[in-house]
Amino acid sequence: MSRFGNIFYLCLLFGALWGAIATLLITLLALFISGEPFQPQITAGAIAGLITAAVLTGFRSERRTVGIRLLAGLAFILVLTVGSGATPMGLGLSTYSIGQLIFTAIIAFLVVQAIHLNAIGFGPCRERRYNVEVICLRFIKGFGIVAFTIAVALPFFVMVMMSLKNQQLLLSNPLDFSIDFSQGFSALFRSYIELFSQYHFGSYLMNSAMVSVVTVLITLFFAVPGAYAVARLKFPGQNFLSRSILLIYMVPMIVLVIPLYAIFSQLGMRNTLWGLMLVYPATTIPVALYMLQGYFRGIPAELEEAGLMDGLSRLNVIRKITMPLALPAMASVALYVFMIAWNEFLFAFMFLDNVDLYTLSRGIAELNSSEVPRQHLMAGAVIATVPVLALFLWFERFLVAGLTAGSVKG
Amino acid sequence: MSLDNAPKPPKGLGPLAKREMRFAYMLLLPTFLIVLSVVLFPLVANVWISFKPVTLGDLRAPSILVNERLMGDLEAVGDEADIRYRIRNSSRQSDIADVFMTDTLPASLDILSIDEHCTLDGAALACDLGDYEAGKREDIIVHVAATQAFLDEPINVKDTESAFEFEPENILTNDDFTLENFRKVFNASDFWQVLWASLYYTIAGTVGALVMGLFAAQLMNMTFRGRSFLRGLYLSPYVAPVIAVALAWVLLLDPGPGGTLNALLLQLGVIDGPISFLGQRVAEINFLGLTFDFPVALTVVIIFEIWRYFPLAMLFILARMQSMSTDIYEAAEIDGATPIQQFRFISLPQLMGIMAVLFLLRFIWTFNKFDDIFLLTGGAAGTRTLTVNVYEQAFAVSNLGAGAAVAVVVFLILLFFSVIFFKFSPEDDA
Repeated sequence: MSRFGNIFYLCLLFGALWGAIATLLITLLALFISGEPFQPQITAGAIAGLITAAVLTGFRSERRTVGIRLLAGLAFILVLTVGSGATPMGLGLSTYSIGQLIFTAIIAFLVVQAIHLNAIGFGPCRERRYNVEVICLRFIKGFGIVAFTIAVALPFFVMVMMSLKNQQLLLSNPLDFSIDFSQGFSALFRSYIELFSQYHFGSYLMNSAMVSVVTVLITLFFAVPGAYAVARLKFPGQNFLSRSILLIYMVPMIVLVIPLYAIFSQLGMRNTLWGLMLVYPATTIPVALYMLQGYFRGIPAELEEAGLMDGLSRLNVIRKITMPLALPAMASVALYVFMIAWNEFLFAFMFLDNVDLYTLSRGIAELNSSEVPRQHLMAGAVIATVPVLALFLWFERFLVAGLTAGSVKG
Repeated sequence: MSLDNAPKPPKGLGPLAKREMRFAYMLLLPTFLIVLSVVLFPLVANVWISFKPVTLGDLRAPSILVNERLMGDLEAVGDEADIRYRIRNSSRQSDIADVFMTDTLPASLDILSIDEHCTLDGAALACDLGDYEAGKREDIIVHVAATQAFLDEPINVKDTESAFEFEPENILTNDDFTLENFRKVFNASDFWQVLWASLYYTIAGTVGALVMGLFAAQLMNMTFRGRSFLRGLYLSPYVAPVIAVALAWVLLLDPGPGGTLNALLLQLGVIDGPISFLGQRVAEINFLGLTFDFPVALTVVIIFEIWRYFPLAMLFILARMQSMSTDIYEAAEIDGATPIQQFRFISLPQLMGIMAVLFLLRFIWTFNKFDDIFLLTGGAAGTRTLTVNVYEQAFAVSNLGAGAAVAVVVFLILLFFSVIFFKFSPEDDA
């Protein structure tokens, strides 16, 4: 059996790919945070990655010690530098030498790590199909994580970074996301300060918070008894109701917006927060009821029967036994409803004309014009995103369990 | 004893069951009322509006406008003049019923004659003017003569304002119906194009989000350091407000100076000039000598849709995967099944249930989606879907009736899909 087999060749291929990917991404990162016109040397990176893989995976897995990895890393730096004509990041080494050196070292480290993790447990020899698939899947998964992370994070990164710049800088060099800390706190966060002082964002924030919290309260107040009835009580139409309640959730908002606009206009309820506080719960109650009834069914009926035996009325059973037991589900429903109300755009956009009543979504829509500089727009987006994202990530476990318990929406 | 007389099981509900039923209905009543008034009633109202010639301006109720003037000069005792009330219906479309005017005439004028519609009680003038159809204007004349008291102390007749009572016709509830809205919708030159864009957007967006969600779920099912951080990150497109992320994308894809992605691609030398990702309808693509029209803006909008909703699919698929028993994988391992075979023949069949449910739900929600496209392109460059068309007709062109007609079409298509889906969907899950 030959010493070098299919695994080795695959590792060479993946080494070249990792080399190209790491060179591209880290050079772009350097470009973003420094604002200097670095140029990713992808071809040289690929060749360097290939040679690094040859050095590293030429050894059996257990012999790839830290020393060997260091050697492979040095090989990468050497080949990248030579291969790119002494411009590992597309600029002559005489400029920003230390920075370029550090970034090149980071690329080398990442490539070696990637190749090492990709090939761990396998020598360079020929392997059966099972192990070939393992190696390939490792690469695909690693690549997937990198790709997903960048695709998801890039818009948020751009959002935050743009909010800290000014229009002139943004237009002259859109790839420069370096942060100038020397200008001081208030200059750095100028857009945010201006949004709160000149664009009423304080009041938008309050309106959004109020509408969302009231929506949550109304939704729970309506949905908890309803869900209890559907889950526990016997009545004609129970089955039909428990199945069809989610259908309400399929009704397109855009179909409701015209009649509600017309009717609310004539009733004088259109340009009010009360209008929103009526519409939002109506759209969230069905799904809240559906999620809660699924959870209520899972609570042992014996507990409630014991309460009934001891002389509690049904309402008190709900209040003192069912609701405390369903607290996790209620928390996740509350969070979910809060998220929907906070993020809602269509009705806020259609209904609110009065600046004092704007919610955040409506207020940001107002900023979306050519007269308002971009950093203000993005700062507004950040202000709207941070509370709901923080709340969500904080209670994520809760929500995920609750969401998937009674399956749900988009 | 015949069988007929044998005791029968009680029919209907017993008193206890009845009480339970009443209690259940009582608990459900609030939900029922709010859903009825804010969802079901508007649905019906939308169909109603779609048959009516209503524009946005008609929502302001019509009212009576009046201009009161003294015609003629009153300079000596006995001079005669007319007090003229020029009355009109403010609306050119809707009628006003039962118009009733009251006014107080200056006591210092001799009233010689009044309009036939009016009655006079002392100085109080009351006129029953009947109905005012759309655009009608009418003069009511009161013939007066000056007295010495008036000349001593002239009074402007406008000082006592005339008061009106009337029943404005409600444009939404009158019996004026038309099929014009639907004719306009179906005759519009771009109707089929809009429908096609809707379906393309819906199908590609749904399938894309599901596939990406499946992929992401596979990644998140591994154990590695930083996994929970990454899971939180991957969920954020779904959690963040649509307006925030949509506008971030708009700036990211901006073709002008300052657009990040175009600057990046130019820097990398991938493109020669900036691409208007959200403004370009089609790009010609040469492939193997064939030329294709590639819908640029529509595809970018679909990518946004996938980006925003893959987390939801990931969440549900991940939850399903983590509830799978590991025994079967161990058995397969012993039998020598490779990882891909395990995925193909063990994981995928188990995931089909939740994938089908997700497809169904996402399909409907994507079809309903309005905000995303509206914020990204406003429906320009071939991205106008049916839902954006509803907005366009109702609020941009200000024709509520036509918008409602498009909304009816949206709802009917949705109903059609729902029936098909529920007929073919598996019984379990969801």
